[in-house]
Amino acid sequence: MSNTEKSENAHLTTPTRLTGAEIVWATLVGEGVTDVFGYPGGAILPVYDALRKFPIHHVLVRHEQGAAHMADGYARASGRVGVAIATSGPGATNLVTGIATAMLDSIPIVCITGQVSSKVLGTDAFQEVDITGITLPITKHNFLVSRTEDIAPAIRYAFQIAQSGRPGPVLVDITKDAQQATAIFDFAAAKPHPYKPHPMLHCSDERLKEAAELIRNAKRPVILAGHGIMRANAGEQVRTLAERMQIPVGMTLLGLGAFPASHPLNMGMMGMHGESWVNDAIQEADLLIACGMRFDDRVIGTPATYAPNAKKIHIEIDPAEINKNIKVDVALVGDLRAVLEQLLPLLPGRDGSAWINTIEASKGTAAVRDIRNLPDLGHLYAAHVMHDLWRITGGRAIIATDVGQHQMWEAQYYHHDFPRSLITSGGLGTMGFALPAAIGAKIACPEKEVWVIAGDGGFQMTAAELATIVQEGIKINIAVINNGYLGMVRQWQEFFYERNYESTPLVSPDFVKLADAHGIPGLAVRDRGSLEAAVEEARGHSGAFLLNFLVEQEDSVYPMIPAGKALHEMIRRPGQNPLLETPNDK
Amino acid sequence: MLHTFVAYVEDKPGVLTRVASLFRRLNINIVSLTVGRSERAGLSRMTIVAEASDEAGNRIRASLYKLEVVIEVDDIGKAPAVTRELALIKVAATSSTRSTVFELAEVFRARIVDLAPESLMIEITGVESKIEGLIQVLNENENRVLEVCRSGKMTMRRGQHSSRVLNAMGAGETSAPVHSPVEAFDDQVAVEPE
Repeated sequence: MSNTEKSENAHLTTPTRLTGAEIVWATLVGEGVTDVFGYPGGAILPVYDALRKFPIHHVLVRHEQGAAHMADGYARASGRVGVAIATSGPGATNLVTGIATAMLDSIPIVCITGQVSSKVLGTDAFQEVDITGITLPITKHNFLVSRTEDIAPAIRYAFQIAQSGRPGPVLVDITKDAQQATAIFDFAAAKPHPYKPHPMLHCSDERLKEAAELIRNAKRPVILAGHGIMRANAGEQVRTLAERMQIPVGMTLLGLGAFPASHPLNMGMMGMHGESWVNDAIQEADLLIACGMRFDDRVIGTPATYAPNAKKIHIEIDPAEINKNIKVDVALVGDLRAVLEQLLPLLPGRDGSAWINTIEASKGTAAVRDIRNLPDLGHLYAAHVMHDLWRITGGRAIIATDVGQHQMWEAQYYHHDFPRSLITSGGLGTMGFALPAAIGAKIACPEKEVWVIAGDGGFQMTAAELATIVQEGIKINIAVINNGYLGMVRQWQEFFYERNYESTPLVSPDFVKLADAHGIPGLAVRDRGSLEAAVEEARGHSGAFLLNFLVEQEDSVYPMIPAGKALHEMIRRPGQNPLLETPNDK
Repeated sequence: MLHTFVAYVEDKPGVLTRVASLFRRLNINIVSLTVGRSERAGLSRMTIVAEASDEAGNRIRASLYKLEVVIEVDDIGKAPAVTRELALIKVAATSSTRSTVFELAEVFRARIVDLAPESLMIEITGVESKIEGLIQVLNENENRVLEVCRSGKMTMRRGQHSSRVLNAMGAGETSAPVHSPVEAFDDQVAVEPE
């Protein structure tokens, strides 16, 4: 199709008669979409047939789960809505893990699926599945569209829902006959009703005064900084709050980057694998100011023992999160940035040095996180890999991680100073997320350096997307943290199942050869001495590059709060040197 | 405790599933659910009664509001409201035993709506306890109840009464409870004059 037609279709401002398939693309163009991730099939073929007429770049994935994760990574890196496309039946069900991942982490994506013709709906037709039924609990909303004239309004409404309030995934299921028939496309008329905020948002002057009073009078306050800061674009406001009132800040996993890691008031990550002094500070605090976080069970340990002496202020966009896991004293329910802008004028300033000094002292030797100069005695520790990657990339890369030990080490040792620089599946904990999410992030931010950090287990779940990287010709660096185990499960078996390493030792292909088969060069790294050169070679290569880090096999992530324990009941790394010991030395 | 929610929802396919699915996901049992057209075009009105912890009310209400198909949710709590249920009860009765059932129906202000040689059908509206009461007495000496079909509760807040009227009806407060995410609802007494 001629480029003229493509550019004409970039501005379909007058009502035009189009097929449903064309309406799908015209609506996406109108919503500002430039890239989509998908996989064709019978029930979505009309849509694919019409793609050539529209100025949208389609990334062909190798599995629809990858499409959903790429849309997710795209959204996380850019803040825009990610779009995934799949056919009916298995194409749609393959999206499910990706949709659930986006739901749990409040990521705005729109998934468009083909559906069998409306005449055969409900007859178990070939590749028919009730995807709106299946995805009902893992989407903010979904649509089954069987009339051509409903396509544009449904997609436009889907974009509004995905981005508004607490963001999340929306699915639009479109029957094949609706794609084939024609209707008048009128983008402006398809506009959804104006967005109505949740009616239970509540941030009255009284509440603000109560909150300000608590903050002014607190002796040992802590800010809990979460993912909502990024969503609300409230980094400056949180920073002002922390600096003006001299309040130390603890980060959630998904919050990393929302408040600079290098800021003197940033204590580091909280929770199950958080820094000991952060968890101790929370337990000793007399006031918690939760900003855009939801008191997840991985953050609080057990509700009964969590921050027993602290009053709690919860600033949160979703009223259903208030008092869900932790009972709070003051709830400011609304957009974080708007709430903080109202709250800050009530806070003149405060001397917090005593409490900050107490926390500094409690860091003590445990704070030797700068492990650059510690001897490795010939071992290759994953923590060293993370630290060196941080140092070599200047902390400026976008890192997409999978789930498990490497994810926690990354969170501990790669210090994120910038929002949207860590892309990780926090809520659902989806293995196989890193590689496709990184592809999405790279397509959203082509000028950024993008690294995949994945374990040897998770990497194999979506390794087929290596071919997508090659087909797209994009530059991504891949670090496989290869310890020959499903490492985090092995760690739990070591701590809680008497070292019964059932089904966790993992035989893997030679990842360098696997990459090579895809036309991606790679290197194995066995010791720290050759690490820097290998990383620089990967960065310097024009295309994608894979590094297979053969790390210490039975290393564990410390500290660790066992499930069901209180925050201060951490398992600490045994021995004196925080890194040289292996668990076997206990 | 029992929570009663009144929800205005879109009158479209799948809306009931979305509402029911929310309760299923929260692992909360729906005790009764009635749906019907409302005074607003295109909207149905639901009365949902669910068994959940005392604190769960606000979270359920907030979660219901997160469903795109839900337009308005009221947590009735203990606010002054009128609650009714409709029941159809089929009772075994022959020509010789009918008169007893007629008498009972009379006492409960129920109506006989069907009469057959071996059975009759009673229609009764009222609060739950009244319907339970009729079923109890019908079964008192012998098990006469053959079938029971109950609508589930329908609830509507009372209008704005003066405190004297509410006091006379047995309730103390005039104003409807104020909804807010963290404040508990006040403990007003239900008004159920019969």
